[in-house]
Amino acid sequence: MQKVNRLKPFFENLVFEREDNHMIVNFGPQHPSSHGQLRLILELDGELVTKSTPDIGYLHRGMEKMAENMIYNEFLPTTDRMDYIAASANNYGFALAVETLIGLDVPRRAKVIRMMLLELNRISSHLFWLATHALDVGAMTIFLYAFREREYTLDLIEDYCGARLTHSSVRIGGVPLDLPKGWIDGLNKFINHLPIDIGDYEGLLDQNRIWKMRLENVGKITPEQAQSWGLSGPMLRGSGIAWDIRKEEPYELYDEVEFDVPVSTTCDSYGRYKLHMEEMRQSIRILKQLIPMYEQTSPEIMAHAPQYISAPKEQIMTQNYSLMQHFVLVTQGMRPPVGDVYVPTESPKGELGFYINSQGNPYPYRVKLRTPSFFHTAFLQELLVGEYLADVVAIIGNANIVFGEIDR
Amino acid sequence: MMRQYKEKENVQKKPYYSDRFWVAPQVPKFDVQSDTVFAQDLAVLKEKFEIVDAYIQQGQMIVYINSNDNVDVLTTLRDELSYNFLSEHSAIDWLAKRGEFEIFYQMLSTGKRKRIRIKCFIKERETLKSVTGVYKSADWAEREMYDMFGVIISGHHYMKRLLMPDDWYDHPLRKTYPLHGDEAAQWYEIDKIFGKEYRDIIGPEERDAARIDVDDTHRFSHIHHEVPFGAPVSHEKTATDYQEEGGVFIVKKLKKEDAKILKERP
Repeated sequence: MQKVNRLKPFFENLVFEREDNHMIVNFGPQHPSSHGQLRLILELDGELVTKSTPDIGYLHRGMEKMAENMIYNEFLPTTDRMDYIAASANNYGFALAVETLIGLDVPRRAKVIRMMLLELNRISSHLFWLATHALDVGAMTIFLYAFREREYTLDLIEDYCGARLTHSSVRIGGVPLDLPKGWIDGLNKFINHLPIDIGDYEGLLDQNRIWKMRLENVGKITPEQAQSWGLSGPMLRGSGIAWDIRKEEPYELYDEVEFDVPVSTTCDSYGRYKLHMEEMRQSIRILKQLIPMYEQTSPEIMAHAPQYISAPKEQIMTQNYSLMQHFVLVTQGMRPPVGDVYVPTESPKGELGFYINSQGNPYPYRVKLRTPSFFHTAFLQELLVGEYLADVVAIIGNANIVFGEIDR
Repeated sequence: MMRQYKEKENVQKKPYYSDRFWVAPQVPKFDVQSDTVFAQDLAVLKEKFEIVDAYIQQGQMIVYINSNDNVDVLTTLRDELSYNFLSEHSAIDWLAKRGEFEIFYQMLSTGKRKRIRIKCFIKERETLKSVTGVYKSADWAEREMYDMFGVIISGHHYMKRLLMPDDWYDHPLRKTYPLHGDEAAQWYEIDKIFGKEYRDIIGPEERDAARIDVDDTHRFSHIHHEVPFGAPVSHEKTATDYQEEGGVFIVKKLKKEDAKILKERP
């Protein structure tokens, strides 16, 4: 067949070639439910997806390259821009990696505050996930409700660090500030009310016919697939593997608080929805235990390690040697020991790992950011095959991917 | 005048001052025998493969192997030693120092609750066998590694660039690659959007967002030397009164001739 003068139909967001029932659909990168800049090249047979090729890189900012050209403290605010739905989790992951590299122990109060922030971020991220996922599936009401509650977490975080999106609320060696006055009361109000709200969401969705039809038996992930593709977080626990880094390799004070790791054995999107709901409840449970723990701690919030961490402000302003050290740490940066570490943490989306290779310079030699969404997006190659085109949006929404951390 | 010579092997940012007598401390390494689980794992690996080096650092075992054993080592780890996850896989550029890449495979065993890191070295033009047959999570990790470092992988089903455009020149995470991109990067978008023939008209892309061009009066202005938008730079002093007559009070009107200069402190 001669193809020289064949007319090629071209639409704004849809390029297709017709050969019987076979069609290639270009999904994204500017699509409201692609959750960022995801481009999917879907090969369809009728309405069934026969091949899916995710194409990423539309939000690539070269964070790993930037990290090589920044001192450690400079890079910390950049990590906000990875998973911007739960920025503190990234700040924390990086801070913990550097602390592990230099072998630093953080004061107990800082640990409690960090855990509070991490769990608030987890709730905020899960609420955001629920809102956007439900909106993708067609439930507008839940979107408004979940965003309403998410505002309270953002207000709390804003009261603590002044930012709502890019928090930078953790420092290497501790936290920058103590909790402000009345913050605990606000937190108490929030965690006492949120279980009722979660009940409302479940009341709207659990037995909702449309919700169940769209989610049940859609996007099934077998445990073998989950292991082979390196899935983590709710995506992994949604396929029946109980693995939560907070529980298995506890960092901070997660070994001192009681919480359960919810697991879903149905392996489908609906199971992962139930899992997210249960994880929010567990986060509330952790936050409840943290409040009395906070009150028992002594007021230090930054580690004492003059070689790496600047002294507290009042000390810098009164003592000459602290000021000199601060000057060197700000202008030249800390020089961690020679070696490499890989430190995983459980971010709301899954295993967030920072690999840092230090050669004893103020600039890291290599930083590799292991982000959960990257591997979840890679898995779309296999997950979407055999699904219907209408379910693609539901599955992408369910996978909880955030493009800041995929492209980095 | 001859331009200043700059080192090209590593163009990343360097500390402007380093103490000559400062010796960097090391992250402590421990013997593998100090952990029974790791010792057993290593014994199994040692039977089958040549182990270059092995030690424990920060609770994780690091094992150096030969690069051509990579697929077999990972298969053994998955099937016999229950390391069921490949969490991360990437490279480190040591081209300037030793002419090779360091490849690492970060692995996790959920059954044993242990993490190990398999490492090997590979020369610049050597090919590395793909491990996608063992762990599918290596699929994109290998593509990203090729994209960022130019590590050549054999046996991958779809070896294309992942993050950068397909026609991008060079590999951005190499130490020889500058942070703001090389000369090819400056022209990439101009060529793509307008075409090569517009290079002379538009000029190269300024990729350093923080760069200040003193001659550019479109985007910058000199205080006290202001000129109209786009006009050539002037060295004439301009008398600018920031407070408009009858306008909103912003800056206190200061007339120098009316100012009183004190001879001594009151």
